[in-house]
Amino acid sequence: MRDVVIVGAGQTKFGEHWEKSLRDLAVEAGLRAIEDAGIYSKDIDAIYGGNMSAGSSTFQDNIGTLIADFTGLAINSIPAIRIENGSASGAAALHEGFIAVASGIYDTVLVGGVEKLTDVPMEDITEVISGEIDREWEAFNGSTLAASAAMIARRYMHDYGAKREHIAHIPVISHRHGSLNPYAHFKNTIKVEDVLNSTMVADPLTMLDCAPVSDGASALVLTTMENARKWKNDGIVRISASTVASDFISLHSREKITEFRSTIEASRKAYRMAKIEPKDVSFVELHDAYSIFGIIALEDLGFFKKGEAGKYLEEGYGNLDSKLPINPSGGLKAKGHPLGATGVGQVVEAVFQLRKQAEKRQVPDPRYGLTHSMGGAGGSSIIHILEVVR
Amino acid sequence: MTIPRFWREFEHRYRLVGTKCPSCGRVYFPPRDVCPYCHRESVGKMQNYELKNTGKIYSFTVVYQDIPDFKELKPYIVAIVEMDDGPRITGQVVDALPEEITIGMPVKAVFRRIREESPSGIIEYGYKFVPI
Repeated sequence: MRDVVIVGAGQTKFGEHWEKSLRDLAVEAGLRAIEDAGIYSKDIDAIYGGNMSAGSSTFQDNIGTLIADFTGLAINSIPAIRIENGSASGAAALHEGFIAVASGIYDTVLVGGVEKLTDVPMEDITEVISGEIDREWEAFNGSTLAASAAMIARRYMHDYGAKREHIAHIPVISHRHGSLNPYAHFKNTIKVEDVLNSTMVADPLTMLDCAPVSDGASALVLTTMENARKWKNDGIVRISASTVASDFISLHSREKITEFRSTIEASRKAYRMAKIEPKDVSFVELHDAYSIFGIIALEDLGFFKKGEAGKYLEEGYGNLDSKLPINPSGGLKAKGHPLGATGVGQVVEAVFQLRKQAEKRQVPDPRYGLTHSMGGAGGSSIIHILEVVR
Repeated sequence: MTIPRFWREFEHRYRLVGTKCPSCGRVYFPPRDVCPYCHRESVGKMQNYELKNTGKIYSFTVVYQDIPDFKELKPYIVAIVEMDDGPRITGQVVDALPEEITIGMPVKAVFRRIREESPSGIIEYGYKFVPI
């Protein structure tokens, strides 16, 4: 297996892009990544694009070809494949791009993620997102992804005696960091009380426990170490691990709903692949689509014991200057959650951090960044560990 | 939902018919063609199994979202119920107030209308849960 490195990273701002279409967003992010890499379109051998909902949200499928076409790359006749894995679609596309370069099939690939959600009438968006859970046996009966998260939160508090306030620390941290990120959907900071007193979505979770509906796109250029050395003097980031694991899609089929077996398995494999331990991680980008997902992921990733993550957050873990900076980008909650773009966007942030280009939200002297992306309520988990090449 | 998509699940939605693995004895709902623990041993051998309608609440929430199909019910209770036969099932809890629901509360499945009318014109029925 060859070393795979990232030489280009780019993204759009996440948020409500009323003036831009799905293709506009994808092209903007893709071109930024290519420009950042300092290469030409002829250098790209393949495209992998993550997108979850274009078919159901905008009736546009065949996204791979569309993006290849409008980034001006279809004329080179390169393969362009769309990858769907729920809201982990972007991270899944990166995994496929990683495999392609590591295996030697392609040398340089463009990995993108895009989602255009504000073209969907607001009342249909929850339905689109419910496509991530079991339509026939969960959503049919009235469950939603938010309801799934809420049932996880309630059982978590029941089993571990965790307080409601503990869970609210995740959005508070995400907003604090998001306020420093020019790419973020939200720039306001919030307090624990704001989360508790916000509009109820699915009891006990409120609006401020839930990531917003965002548009956006992100992109990365992956290549071999050999190419990277030719093209760049510094700023090369190695993908030290890229792992994926699945679980039962429905909560009702899982033995426990207070842990994500997919996150546990994918992270265990990732630490082994990168030859590091949780204590070596300089910062983590969590899939905090719902606050409770972030809490449980922190435990499943091996940072805290079961039931204890919230207590540590209360003590200040998670801040940029703490032992474990969490979501320096603002996470899904504040940076935004354009489903298919999210997982790639987390890695774009990791690249900026590792190159020390993250300005006001810079984590001091990072070495390893870990990104955690999930499909549905933990039906799939995808972990990437990124390392700065010195 | 089109008629066939709904019609093919009738016996499962109306009578809680799941499947049982003859190899390990685990009961599944919704039905599965393959037992995830016995794999090949179970293929082609899974048996239909009608669940007893009783169970206990494993977790629950009250949904305040605007879901087009459930707008008139808002806010409504959704729970994961651990059935006495083993499997857990996701469904609504009705004939109860949100503040009365607790984890561990005994409930039974009843036959109810799930949606008034779907865009394809059919009325969809299935199971909901009521406190015992």
